[in-house]
Amino acid sequence: MGNLNSGVPNGDLKNKWTNYKDSIDLVNPANKRNIDVIVVGTGLAGGSASATLAELGYNVKTFCYQDSPRRAHSIAAQGGINAAKNYQGDGDSTYRLFYDTVKGGDYRSREANVYRLAEVSTNIIDQCVAQGVPFARDYGGLLDNRSFGGVLVSRTFYAKGQTGQQLLLGAYSAMNRQIARGKIKMYNRHEMLDVVIVDGKARGIIARNLTTGEIERHSAHAVVLASGGYGNVYFLSTNAMGSNVTAAWKAHKKGAYFANPCYTQIHPTCIPRSGEYQSKLTLMSESLRNDGRIWVPKNKKDVESLRNGSLKATDIVEEDRDYYLERRYPAFGNLVPRDVASRAAKERCDAGFGVNQTGEAVFLDFSSAIMRYGKEQALLKGLDENDTSLVKNLGQEIVKSKYGNLFQMYEKIVDENPYETPMMIYPAVHYTMGGIWVDYNLMTSVPGLYAIGEANFSDHGANRLGASALMQGLADGYFVLPYTIGDYLSDDIRTGPISTELKEFEEAESKVKEQLNSLVNNNGKHSVDYYHKKLGKIMWDECGMARTEEGLKKAMEDIKNLRDDFWKNVNVPGGLDEMNKELEKAGRVADFLELGELFAKDALERNESCGGHFREEFATPEGEAKRNDKDYTYVSAWEYKGEPSKAVLHKEELVFDNIEVKERSYK
Amino acid sequence: MNLKLKIWRQKDANDKGSMVDYEIQNVSEHMSFLEMLDVLNEELIDKGIEPIAFDHDCREGICGMCSLYINGEAHGPDRRVTTCQLHMRKFKDGDTIYIEPFRANAFPVVKDLVVDRSAFDRIQHAGGYISVNTSGNTQDANAIPIPKDNADLAFDAATCIGCGACVASCKNSSAMLYVSAKVSQFALLPQGQVEAKDRVLNMVNKMDEEGFGNCTNTGACEVQCPKGISLDNISRMNREFLSANITKG
Amino acid sequence: MSKSTFYTSVGYKILMALSGLFLMLFLAQHLTINLLSVISAEAFNEASHFMGTNPLVQFLLQPVLMFAVVFHFVMGFVLELKNRNARTTDYAFKNPSTSSSWMSRNMIISGITVLAFLALHFIDFWIPEINTKYIVGDMSGLMADGSFRYFHELQHEFQSLPRVIAYVLAFGFLSLHLLHGFKSSFQSVGLTNGKKRVTLHKFGNVFAIAVPLGFVFIALFHFLTQSH
Repeated sequence: MGNLNSGVPNGDLKNKWTNYKDSIDLVNPANKRNIDVIVVGTGLAGGSASATLAELGYNVKTFCYQDSPRRAHSIAAQGGINAAKNYQGDGDSTYRLFYDTVKGGDYRSREANVYRLAEVSTNIIDQCVAQGVPFARDYGGLLDNRSFGGVLVSRTFYAKGQTGQQLLLGAYSAMNRQIARGKIKMYNRHEMLDVVIVDGKARGIIARNLTTGEIERHSAHAVVLASGGYGNVYFLSTNAMGSNVTAAWKAHKKGAYFANPCYTQIHPTCIPRSGEYQSKLTLMSESLRNDGRIWVPKNKKDVESLRNGSLKATDIVEEDRDYYLERRYPAFGNLVPRDVASRAAKERCDAGFGVNQTGEAVFLDFSSAIMRYGKEQALLKGLDENDTSLVKNLGQEIVKSKYGNLFQMYEKIVDENPYETPMMIYPAVHYTMGGIWVDYNLMTSVPGLYAIGEANFSDHGANRLGASALMQGLADGYFVLPYTIGDYLSDDIRTGPISTELKEFEEAESKVKEQLNSLVNNNGKHSVDYYHKKLGKIMWDECGMARTEEGLKKAMEDIKNLRDDFWKNVNVPGGLDEMNKELEKAGRVADFLELGELFAKDALERNESCGGHFREEFATPEGEAKRNDKDYTYVSAWEYKGEPSKAVLHKEELVFDNIEVKERSYK
Repeated sequence: MNLKLKIWRQKDANDKGSMVDYEIQNVSEHMSFLEMLDVLNEELIDKGIEPIAFDHDCREGICGMCSLYINGEAHGPDRRVTTCQLHMRKFKDGDTIYIEPFRANAFPVVKDLVVDRSAFDRIQHAGGYISVNTSGNTQDANAIPIPKDNADLAFDAATCIGCGACVASCKNSSAMLYVSAKVSQFALLPQGQVEAKDRVLNMVNKMDEEGFGNCTNTGACEVQCPKGISLDNISRMNREFLSANITKG
Repeated sequence: MSKSTFYTSVGYKILMALSGLFLMLFLAQHLTINLLSVISAEAFNEASHFMGTNPLVQFLLQPVLMFAVVFHFVMGFVLELKNRNARTTDYAFKNPSTSSSWMSRNMIISGITVLAFLALHFIDFWIPEINTKYIVGDMSGLMADGSFRYFHELQHEFQSLPRVIAYVLAFGFLSLHLLHGFKSSFQSVGLTNGKKRVTLHKFGNVFAIAVPLGFVFIALFHFLTQSH
């Protein structure tokens, strides 16, 4: 359990990145032509990294499991992207963004990485605008901002509720330019199934062509994993159906340490589930909390009436409503960070105040915002501000312009009109702060293997602030990795092409084939989803919003048993040499079944509550998370040793020189 | 509710394929259409029948991966939704539902309901970008003010998810709405003006090369587009194309 | 215009629109002159004689018209064939009326009907006209009794009931063709946007109904006002 070296350069925090960039080795343009880089994943991180590396002159091979790079799940991010531009003049700065991110992450992130992130955030906005990303603008033609949970300034840039889509299409267009130039070779419908290590360095991958089933070898001088998070270990999450841990997990099994797997973000504003058949949960942007007020009834009697349908939400008078976030956290109110908001909702629902039939829903109410905006509009237009129906209409127009697509989405799914009646929401698994451990260069513990975006663990600590995931993905891909990878590749200018005939490739390929073979020939009795759902239930019950020692121990055992049963009894129809969606799922679930156990082990080891990790044993009398800074100010990086339960812990101590470690309070 | 399903089955790209009948019981009206297919697939697996392959990913209407031509309409009978957002409450007990892949020669069937839409990507390679490097030294984002109306129109065009519903529902299998959305987005922004002329010519050329049909302005694409991309974009592209030819020719 | 860049689907579409727009102008002109026949036989004769003998009309506009007609039809067929070939495996179940109008989908049918009518029209009017003027060489436009022949010929054609029925039918189809064609041609040349589009569509619908109706009115007027 030695202390892991993160390779953070010395010097003043503010100048670290600049000085570091000045001192690292560069690769000259002529030599870049002789160097190949593999990028796995085409979300914001992978897409932007592919495009930038290709611009620099490297030969890039990019892989995605979807039919086009444009479909990666970054596309679903709604709310926005943070940047310390201070266009609103409300006191924002690089330091403040850094401070908010470290505090929001409950002091479990690496200072130098976060500061660098805050530093390059402004470049992202400049870059994206230059690419033609249509951010929202005000009538003066300048960029508009909004505020987000956990912060006191407006620094979030947005494109209606489709910011992720617009940013991803920006990165996709940058990729397209390089694909056209032949600098990126794009492999759509390909899934990475193993990383190949030659002489201790990552030198390629084994991938399956998902259309033909062919197993392919691809070599490179470095491999970049940008394969996203592992929220789907819960079966139900806001992740895309295909989002998976396979690439990251295979890398872990080949020597990359997996850090903080238990840090999971449960997003407070999702649409509650409706039945057993449910395949995924739908998130609605946290920006809704800017204008929506969250409440449950004060009286159990009203809850009963709501559930049996004899009472409507709008019938409950103001005095009988419990705006519990405003009550508990007067300073931040409905804009507390995600983890706090989620746990508060769970607390109310566990206490029996859930407002729908499953008992797992709270109200998100826009009526006050509608009236407030309506009055403002009436005054602006010189109309009668006491005419309730007029004010309501005007207010609805404003709310529509801000959140129209989210309201429409809600109505399509739930079949209720959220302009008239409060929305129902419940927390759902959304983002995983944990991931592959990386150093300051974003390199994993395997030389030449990099991890960027949600796939790595680095910047968000134990909890991520809203609108920061997009920022991190693009920062890593556009502005950090392209520099740091050069430092490593400068040693490879004379290596020449890596042969795929090496025995390491052969071994990795035959291992992959072996696993696929055993899956299709298993002829068991249960479908892949059967196991995935069971795993999801264990994870949600024992490793969800609140965890206990007892529950985690049980989870580790249950998951191991389930995994054994999976390998004995899973039924994967179809063959190897064809498109086989069940086989794809089976491979992913097999990896989730291993990750889940490590997840529980990590949560068990961390005897404190911080951010997205809440242990019931470690709470204040009021039920707030209680951190243990003395014993747990470190990153848990796990080394694979044959079984998830046997993983060995390596610690990276976290040092906070530039920020005072405080109790996180939003009261 | 109980439903009869007629679903296109095709083993691979070379197989001839045919419509096959299925039945499904106890479908909840709150299910999404794809969840209904999930349930059907689970039943098929239990019976030892190979499940139906279909594309899907985000299941929240934004990735553009899901497709399906349902009862003669791309993404089914509801408007402004993708198939993953279509709910079974749009159907009645006893209904027969035809489920087919998006059809166009430019979108060959890969398997069952899965089609190959890479032609769309290739059109983007031909010019769907602004040539700017990620130096981090571009000018400040607020250096060029953009009129809100133009910014909003560019955004509206940019919301295209590239699902291909426009091609699937066009009687000519034309990709005009898709191509025009990208051309419009950039034509409306000052950053995009610099290369606007080459862009429109190259993208239109590529579109033809990929084997899409010609636009005859039936407007079916706009109606079936899950994101409501406007025909104004096609008009704008025609204008851009004309002006590019006049000034460049 | 450079050759290579213009001859693409969008280029053809613009050419279809331009020829269509020209043909619509011609229709409006044709109707205006024909309407004179209802008001005054003399005025109609004068106008017809002018159009039939003016060199500018005969040797500039007429060839352009001929070209536009031929181009519009040939291109229409070529594009229709190409479009059909863009989807060789068709859907088992189609429900096109939910998203587009019958007129927009069946321009080829309304077009062929109009083409058939045009053949009839040529046999009726245009071929005898060309024969008289350029083969026989009689440019006077006069009959044996010294009066203009145009009004007389017009009346003569509309004596036959089957011809009038064919006429009415053909103009019905022309109306269907125009109901889509008018707005379509403006869209194709990029002249529609937002609110302008709505206004233009309204005007287009009026044009598409009023012009054919005008022709039908003239046919019926002459049929009904003559003794049989």
